[in-house]
Amino acid sequence: MIFKGKVWKFGDNIDTDAIIPARYLNTSDPRELAKHCMEDADPDFVTRMKPGDIIVGGENFGCGSSREHAPIAIKAAGISCVVAKSFARIFYRNAFNMGLPIFESREFFDAITEGREITLDSIRGIITIGGTDQKFPISPIPPFMEQLIADGGLMKHIAKK
Amino acid sequence: MGNTITEKILMAHTDLKEIAPGQLINAHVDIALGNDITAPIAISEFRAAGGKKVFDKDKVALVLDHFTPNKDINSAQQCKTVREFAMEHGVTHFFEGGQVGVEHALLPEKGIVLPGDLIIGADSHTCTYGALGAFATGVGSTDLAAAMLTGELWFKVPSSIKFVVYGKLAKWVSGKDLILSVVGRIGVDGALYQAMEFTGETISNLPMADRLSMANMAIEAGAKNGIFAPDAITEEYVKPRAKRPYKFYASDADAVYADVIEIDASKLEPQVAFPHLPSNVKGVSQAGNVKIDQALIGSCTNGRIEDLRIAAQILKNRKAAPGVRLIVVPATPFIYKQALQEGLLEIFMDAEAVISPPSCGACLGGHLGILAEGEKSVATTNRNFVGRMGHPKSEVYLASPAVAAASAVLGRIASPEEL
Repeated sequence: MIFKGKVWKFGDNIDTDAIIPARYLNTSDPRELAKHCMEDADPDFVTRMKPGDIIVGGENFGCGSSREHAPIAIKAAGISCVVAKSFARIFYRNAFNMGLPIFESREFFDAITEGREITLDSIRGIITIGGTDQKFPISPIPPFMEQLIADGGLMKHIAKK
Repeated sequence: MGNTITEKILMAHTDLKEIAPGQLINAHVDIALGNDITAPIAISEFRAAGGKKVFDKDKVALVLDHFTPNKDINSAQQCKTVREFAMEHGVTHFFEGGQVGVEHALLPEKGIVLPGDLIIGADSHTCTYGALGAFATGVGSTDLAAAMLTGELWFKVPSSIKFVVYGKLAKWVSGKDLILSVVGRIGVDGALYQAMEFTGETISNLPMADRLSMANMAIEAGAKNGIFAPDAITEEYVKPRAKRPYKFYASDADAVYADVIEIDASKLEPQVAFPHLPSNVKGVSQAGNVKIDQALIGSCTNGRIEDLRIAAQILKNRKAAPGVRLIVVPATPFIYKQALQEGLLEIFMDAEAVISPPSCGACLGGHLGILAEGEKSVATTNRNFVGRMGHPKSEVYLASPAVAAASAVLGRIASPEEL
């Protein structure tokens, strides 16, 4: 798949309380959750972002609570994918299980600045920064996780089995 | 080549004869846990997948502990969804109302989680049960749905970090201080995807309540699970509670570790994690003058009877400082009653504390103790992220019950030694 969008850059250890604060967890309605996506990291994020945009994080993106509301909020807000240096493990599971595309790339994080347009080719495993010839590799996705994505998430994968 | 306790428990829940870190496995689940926040999504996924029956009604636990007593209409609706599902499927371990406690205090107390078990929970602090010598890990709601449907789940076998802790703990230093210092040392992703195995003479002598506090915060270092080899202390805790067989596992002498970290615990003073990361840890003597508006004693980390006894010992014949809201949250109804019978609640009331019903509410900024803009709380909880307990510009300082109680009395972050 090709993902093309504007980058919103965040730092290290973006926790799931920042992605979707617990005060909004009295619902699991994706549209409601989307309204508060990234609110405690950047209160204006939801009003400024456009569908198709890409979130870029540093180390340990999605740490903290296991709330699946976090990837749901990101996906429902219209973010096409998340690229980070590394992901916290429950967020990593959740994203694959519920179908939010996420990618790991270490060198890319240091080179990218907020607002730049990027193209991420998940088949070739390459991120290109728009208007430049700067290219960065993304870490290969384990075959099992690829299968999860191909099947449309964990529940559909199980149903198929 | 030998295996770690984590590898052995995982392997025992598969048909495999060998297992190694990095391997992807499907394993049987002994207990699958959800709460009023995470279970509704799991239930909807379960139904969407055509689920008609949970794989085993005795192996699912549903605990309405987060936004209860129901804080608003939406929360009440979420609880209703879970309640109806529990009734429909005859879920044995369903808790609400006067039976509910903070899940990670409740399940061990009731003997629902046991040594040797493989436990998954749609709550990140499910890792708490590693204190009993179980493999327990937090997952998401879709994972819970899959486990409730099939009784199995996929796992990547983690490599293990062995912590060897030696030395006698000083007065007022607890398991909470140990784990805060470990998270401070290795960082919030210091054990990412890994198992944290706690060993050594200090651990062998550590009471179960302290082990539970430590395993609880393994996730705060990014770990998949925290684990303690079960021993006589485990047996004493588990035996009167268990209603089914359990098994003790131990790491082989030639088990392979990704890292071994030695810790001299004798030099440790009470620890405080400053905003906004659990790894931002200092000794309490280095805290400086941090005035507080609230002190919260409770949670799945430190809401057990042992924690309340320590707090009561400090609060006896003292009062919360003017302007400090002291909130005590016994983690389960049983602990609440014990505290009543032991006279602890009277001590807390005389100290002008608010005694909350068992609930996770205050810890995650749900209800029952929200902070306003600019307010600071010392809390015996496990997370101090931005906005964790309320306004995005409020601050949370993580500490032990002893430090929280002393801080409540002095109105600033303080050591009990200062009283």
